[in-house]
Amino acid sequence: MSVLPILDVGLAFLVVGLAAWTVAARNLFASVVGYVAYGLLLALVWIRLYAPDVALTEAAVGGGVTGVLLITAGKRLGALEKDEAGATPALALKIVAGALALFVAGALAWVVVTLPDPAPTLAPAAAAAADGPGAGLGNPITAVLISYRSFDTMLEKVVLILAVIGVWSVGADSAWGAAPAPLGRPQPAGAMVLLAQILAPIGALIGVHIFWVGADAPGGAFQGGALLAAMWMAAMMARLTEPPRIDARWLRLALVAGPAVFLVIGFAGLGLAGDFFAFPPAFAKPLILFIETFMVLSIAVALPLLVAGPPNGRSAR
Amino acid sequence: MTPPVLAGLAGAALVGFGLYGLILHPHPLRKLLAFNLIGSGVFLVFGIVARRGAAAGLPFDPVPQAMVITGIVVAFAASALAVALILRLAAVSGKVTLDPEAWAKTPSTRPDGGGGQ
Amino acid sequence: MTPLIATTAGGPLLVLAILLPAAGVLLSLALGGRAAEKVALGLTPLGFALAWLIAMQVAAAGAPLVYAIGGLPPPLGIALRADGISAVMLLVTAIIVAAAGFYARAKFATPDGTAESRSALTFWIMLQAIWAALNLIFVGGDLFNLYVALELLTFAAVPLVCIDGRPETLAAALRYLLFALFGSICYLLGVALLYGAYGTLDISLLSQRVQPEAIVWTAAALMTAGLLAKTALFPLHLWLPPAHANAPAAASAVLSGLVVKGSFFLALRLWFYVLPALPSAAPGAVLGALGSAAAVVGSVLALRQARLKLLVAYSTVAQIGYLFLVFPLGLGAHAWSALGWGGGLMQILAHAFAKAAMFFSAGLLAEALGHDQIAGLRGAARALPLTFLTLGLGGLSLMGLPPSGGFEAKWLMLRTSAASGQWIWSLPILAGGLLAAGYVYRILAPALAEGEIELRARPQRARELIALALAMTALVLGFAPQGFFDFIEIGRPLAAMSAP
Repeated sequence: MSVLPILDVGLAFLVVGLAAWTVAARNLFASVVGYVAYGLLLALVWIRLYAPDVALTEAAVGGGVTGVLLITAGKRLGALEKDEAGATPALALKIVAGALALFVAGALAWVVVTLPDPAPTLAPAAAAAADGPGAGLGNPITAVLISYRSFDTMLEKVVLILAVIGVWSVGADSAWGAAPAPLGRPQPAGAMVLLAQILAPIGALIGVHIFWVGADAPGGAFQGGALLAAMWMAAMMARLTEPPRIDARWLRLALVAGPAVFLVIGFAGLGLAGDFFAFPPAFAKPLILFIETFMVLSIAVALPLLVAGPPNGRSAR
Repeated sequence: MTPPVLAGLAGAALVGFGLYGLILHPHPLRKLLAFNLIGSGVFLVFGIVARRGAAAGLPFDPVPQAMVITGIVVAFAASALAVALILRLAAVSGKVTLDPEAWAKTPSTRPDGGGGQ
Repeated sequence: MTPLIATTAGGPLLVLAILLPAAGVLLSLALGGRAAEKVALGLTPLGFALAWLIAMQVAAAGAPLVYAIGGLPPPLGIALRADGISAVMLLVTAIIVAAAGFYARAKFATPDGTAESRSALTFWIMLQAIWAALNLIFVGGDLFNLYVALELLTFAAVPLVCIDGRPETLAAALRYLLFALFGSICYLLGVALLYGAYGTLDISLLSQRVQPEAIVWTAAALMTAGLLAKTALFPLHLWLPPAHANAPAAASAVLSGLVVKGSFFLALRLWFYVLPALPSAAPGAVLGALGSAAAVVGSVLALRQARLKLLVAYSTVAQIGYLFLVFPLGLGAHAWSALGWGGGLMQILAHAFAKAAMFFSAGLLAEALGHDQIAGLRGAARALPLTFLTLGLGGLSLMGLPPSGGFEAKWLMLRTSAASGQWIWSLPILAGGLLAAGYVYRILAPALAEGEIELRARPQRARELIALALAMTALVLGFAPQGFFDFIEIGRPLAAMSAP
């Protein structure tokens, strides 16, 4: 057995162990910490599955942004938890839930191990299509996301926007229009400020780079946007900047920019290339990069807003 | 064991643990974490399907990988909405129980039997 | 490439039907303030016209409309497909969304000079988002694209539940969200397995490749379980009553009349369109049994509610139960399948209109009386005759009395259970009808009795008429001509084999 398989087995055990810890931990906050560590480790699993694009996404979103979201929530709820400690589930429920979970996991494991061989795949079609409508895109995942499954990608950005409005909508009526509560403590630690001052500009540059190379190499609009979002969040946590008012015009426009530009170019496709969401071959790559630029903007704005929560305080207009 | 098979077994285990936690934990944040475990297990299944589909010089089938990227975004948005609801519930009522019985005891009727601002 | 997946005439209309309300969402957020209401209401006639055009094209072609997005056909690209039932559902959705929009103006209007408000912006944006999501569900041809549609629907529906911000509405919304997320992830896992087995997610390509093997059964079980959780079929119904009863009436009507039908529609797509190769007796029996239990349990619980909106919400749990009888009565290539299929579709439509009308009326009544306690309705029918007429007509359809869409649906289902020798399914249909009569009587009897009642405000006549129009539609459905049943056969796999 070579070194890599041993590492793989170790990694799998670690990931599953952290998942078990997340479920079994007695304390709410311990469970949250377990989950965040789990999210970061998952990125490694994705690298081992030859999925660098997914690994980047998982690290930025599953590990980074989700981590901030959950740890903030866990801290705020930790104080409440003691009042509800009395509600321990009954043994019968434990047995039923355990049996059901075991059955589902067993069936799934069996089916996954016995997947058909050779596996059906669209990889040849996607590779051949490099000369087609995804022309000039060296990264087949970007071609799939923006060209072949453009409808998924565009509507998923609408999902993101609905989630932002949903988060805003749980706020108080009197706060509507105001900014969400600050992300960081009133006096952030000096190290945090220093880190954010150094990290944010570098991270932002890397984010732009990841987006830009995403057409040909691993990366793309989502990964780049997520990294930019993380940098903005770091700056807010260090109180270098504050969350914006939710009625700010620039904010609303930045949020809708990605899907709106996608939609407009998608409509234009009917005239330019004969079909909705078709790109004229000569302009495919610049058009795709143009759409992605606005996607990056929308993602970079939406993710921090989802973490920042509903508007807070009173709306002074 | 090849990485895809290993990842497949890990994915199945994650779905199992998540399902157990989702049913068992009364706390909504714990339920949310459990839901995310199931989610990542499902994404891993997509991952092995993608890896097994390696062909034509590509080390993976890009279609399932693209779906995972879309799925991760949606799962994060779901977590954010759930966290916002949980925190707001805790802030306005001081408790986070989902038990409808606990809420039925204090019905507050509004002009249209539900709405009102 | 199979000819099924080439774009047909009229195909571009399908893209427009989805993107029109989606563009409305983006425009409403960008402009903010009063614009959201104007955009949403302004789109309703356009959306209805599109649905009408699509229905006309389907009828003219006698075959489904297809559109390959970007000119890129499946399996690599995504196709949209509208058949008979898609066109009918697009029309029903356009009508009920428009009714909800005009009904809701009294509550969520933003008058000149007032600032943008939380509840109004949320309501108008989410109403359009629900519309976009449902339209995609009705015409989607790719199982992963349909997953995105399911998530759109969830994210649009949940904030409507807690729009008024009381703690119990937040708890109801949270429970709804957790159930819905669980449902989507189960569905998604099934999608992953199907792709792993066959390398495509296009519904028509899959239907040609699917074999009755372990992975398909696993995927089908997972996807069905997820869709049942989202449709609130017994025993996964617990989230529905508090969620639907606590939303504002306009939202309740959309949630109960349309949103639960979205996930049900996908269950139909799955079993009738993706998996016709699977033997249908066992899954049909399981789904039918759960549906029967829902019809009885939901009705019994409805009988015990003290609040009108909760009663109407529990009645939804029961009526969803009937929908699932379409699986034992319509699946498979039998001579009687078309009859059961027609009954199931009629039940979707009749319930959508009747339930929307009843939630609108319950909302008007609660605004007029200041409460919706059934015990306090004595004498209310004299004070609010139009509202109670609507409740009565809606109730008629729920009970399944002639002449109404509900009667037509149950009559078709009863005939199918006789024709197919599955007598057992006639029991829940009859029992549920009797129980429904019981809970409708509980509303109407005290209201019709003599009594003094004080109105806080008289409901607007226009809003009463919107509700009445929907209830009348539920009634008129009972007179649906044969042409309607021929239309919903368009595009149904096996339809040719089971023509009556």
